[in-house]
Amino acid sequence: MSAPAGTRGGPGIAPLAAGRRPTWGRRLRGRQDRNLWFGLFVLPFLAGLLVFVYVPIAWSAYLSFFEARATVTPTKFVGWANYSYLLSDPEFRSSLLVFVAFAVLIVPLTYVCSLGLALLLSGLRVAQAFFRSVFFIPTAVSYVIAAMIWRISFFNGGRFGLINSMLRQLGGSNIDWLGGANYGYWVALVSLRLWLQVGFYMILLIAGLNRIPQETYEAAAIDGAAGWRLLRYITLPQLRATSAAVLMLLLINAFQAFDEFWNLLSGVNGTYPPYGRPPLVHLFVISLGGSNQDLGLGGAGTMILTAIIVVFGVAQNWLTNRGVERDER
Amino acid sequence: MQITRRHLLTAAGGLAATAALAACGSNNGLSNNSGSSSGGSSGGSKPTLAQWYHQYGEAGTKEAVNKYAASYPDATVNVTWYAGNYDTAVPAALLTNSFPDVFEYGNGPTLDMIKGGQVVDMTDVLGSSVSKFNQSVIKRLTFQGKIWAVPQVIDMQLLYYRPSLLNKAGVQPPTTFSALVDAAKAQTTKDMGGFFAGNDGGVGVLGNMFVWASGFDQLNSGRTGLGFLEPNFYDSLKAYQAFYKSNALLKSASKDWFDASPFINGETAMQWGGLWSMPDVQKAFGNDFGVLAFPAMGSSGRPAVPFGAYSSCVAAKSKNVDAAKAFVKWLWVDQTADQVDFANSYGTHIPSQVALVPQCTKIAQGPGKDAADMVAKEGFASDIMWTGPIGDAFNSAMTNVIVKGADPASEFKPVGDKAVSELKRING
Repeated sequence: MSAPAGTRGGPGIAPLAAGRRPTWGRRLRGRQDRNLWFGLFVLPFLAGLLVFVYVPIAWSAYLSFFEARATVTPTKFVGWANYSYLLSDPEFRSSLLVFVAFAVLIVPLTYVCSLGLALLLSGLRVAQAFFRSVFFIPTAVSYVIAAMIWRISFFNGGRFGLINSMLRQLGGSNIDWLGGANYGYWVALVSLRLWLQVGFYMILLIAGLNRIPQETYEAAAIDGAAGWRLLRYITLPQLRATSAAVLMLLLINAFQAFDEFWNLLSGVNGTYPPYGRPPLVHLFVISLGGSNQDLGLGGAGTMILTAIIVVFGVAQNWLTNRGVERDER
Repeated sequence: MQITRRHLLTAAGGLAATAALAACGSNNGLSNNSGSSSGGSSGGSKPTLAQWYHQYGEAGTKEAVNKYAASYPDATVNVTWYAGNYDTAVPAALLTNSFPDVFEYGNGPTLDMIKGGQVVDMTDVLGSSVSKFNQSVIKRLTFQGKIWAVPQVIDMQLLYYRPSLLNKAGVQPPTTFSALVDAAKAQTTKDMGGFFAGNDGGVGVLGNMFVWASGFDQLNSGRTGLGFLEPNFYDSLKAYQAFYKSNALLKSASKDWFDASPFINGETAMQWGGLWSMPDVQKAFGNDFGVLAFPAMGSSGRPAVPFGAYSSCVAAKSKNVDAAKAFVKWLWVDQTADQVDFANSYGTHIPSQVALVPQCTKIAQGPGKDAADMVAKEGFASDIMWTGPIGDAFNSAMTNVIVKGADPASEFKPVGDKAVSELKRING
């Protein structure tokens, strides 16, 4: 890209002719047209974000105060009625408990497994890239497909199920994994998400591990630290920022869980059982299930869930910052 | 490869060409096939109508509906064959400018569509012909004295059994639920379950049957609350609870209830299934099969079968409402030959006009005829005011009772309360 002589300077030099004030448009475009280019690259995405994310969020908030059955331009204002209906709905409250149980199981488990794999792989001298790919590949599988495999093959409650076949070989009997008569469905739900996401977070943690200066380890080694003490006093504190991000992402993703729950547990008639029902699934069933279209109720539910995620996020941010400040002291 | 601006342009051109090609096909679900709202009438002669169908599983159905549409003389009908979640797509499309003028919907339009003014009254389309139609279906399509759709074909569910297996076990075809349990137990072997109604133990598909077969309706006569919270209903649930715990109820099979494979493969002696599976069953067993309604439960019970009828509705905001209604009348009231073809040539369905049943070879005699008779005499469909939240609460309570062994009366009391508040919300 070559510019006509006299109109451009070198990097950082304003393209001004001596004694002349730049035009308004020129100033708006900024040095080397940086503002122009910034706008050109950012605006399409900003427009997409506005149209597809912020406008729908604002619209949901608006709808949540109306009776909006089968319409996006409702007229009947109902105030907080949709909110009070949901908050007094015992099934909605118990769906929040399902989320908590899911998060308590999946967040620490994924973190520990990802960290374990990251530590193992970063200590590996040969074939590191190969194993990194091996563990990362499941991330590319869709939740829907994985859920179908889990449901039809692995955790099928009949004698055809892979795990049940193995159990019978070992002298056990068939387990109805997903039927709700026991808590077997949690095994399916947690193992599925673990398999799908552990590789992704492993990569994030490997990146975090690579950022820890080698000198720190050398200094610690000279002081006689090794093994568990290295992990406890060097690796984990240095990984704090990455870990905070990983845990936050894990939590938000757990909150947004829908696909694997729906595809593992929903009935063939479009119904969903009362157990293992996280908030998004419950909201979908009561506001959009079948041919239902109660957008006011759905909007109110979305707002409540957004508020809860924000509270969690702020709380976690606060905890992490407190930890950093303590370390700096 | 270095990407140049020209490359980008050609890529963009390619995309545009693809989009243009996509717009050519009228039945791919992607085209802006909104008929009168955006297309309007072409050339001022014939109006253009957009008609939507869900994706039928049977081979040849798509070609058939295209053929019917093409032979309509008074309008240009563009058929959209919608693959995907049709039940959600239609209500969403009705909120936009890309909506169908004519669309089919399971058991007619939803309450939301009627109350939202999204569909038109079809009573005059049926006119005096209404008496020719299956009255169970017409009753289901009627709300506040008006008929909101014209039924196309009827599908139903029923119980399959094999006379040879019953004979071997020394039992008769069951007409009561306790006889069904006894027959299932008598036919159960090490390799074969007695009765199968889905991999959830039948909770999902049979839930409403327990209401109807116990002699009740879903809602009370004023539609202000549930119509079945009675001791007889609870006794029926307790009876099924006990059946669920026995080995005679097969709770897991190679396919779910809507596929006759478990019955055909000999995984189960009896199966709850769909009329659509009858050709498969016939092919496998010849004359050695029979069909029954779900048997009566308890002392106040009666046999019952559920039916569903995809029915043609007309969108109220269509610019050609009259043309759309005329097309629906032409196809689903007057064109009886096409109706017989649609019901009989692609899978097994029941035509909605009773007089056409004998012309459909698959249901003119034997078990097919039994099935057609059952819909007329013992057919039930979900009440139009049986909304998503009520159905969901009902299913949850049903799972807790049957699968987890909870007490029916205490599980269903909150369902009753929820139904009252929900119905009040809808009516109010």
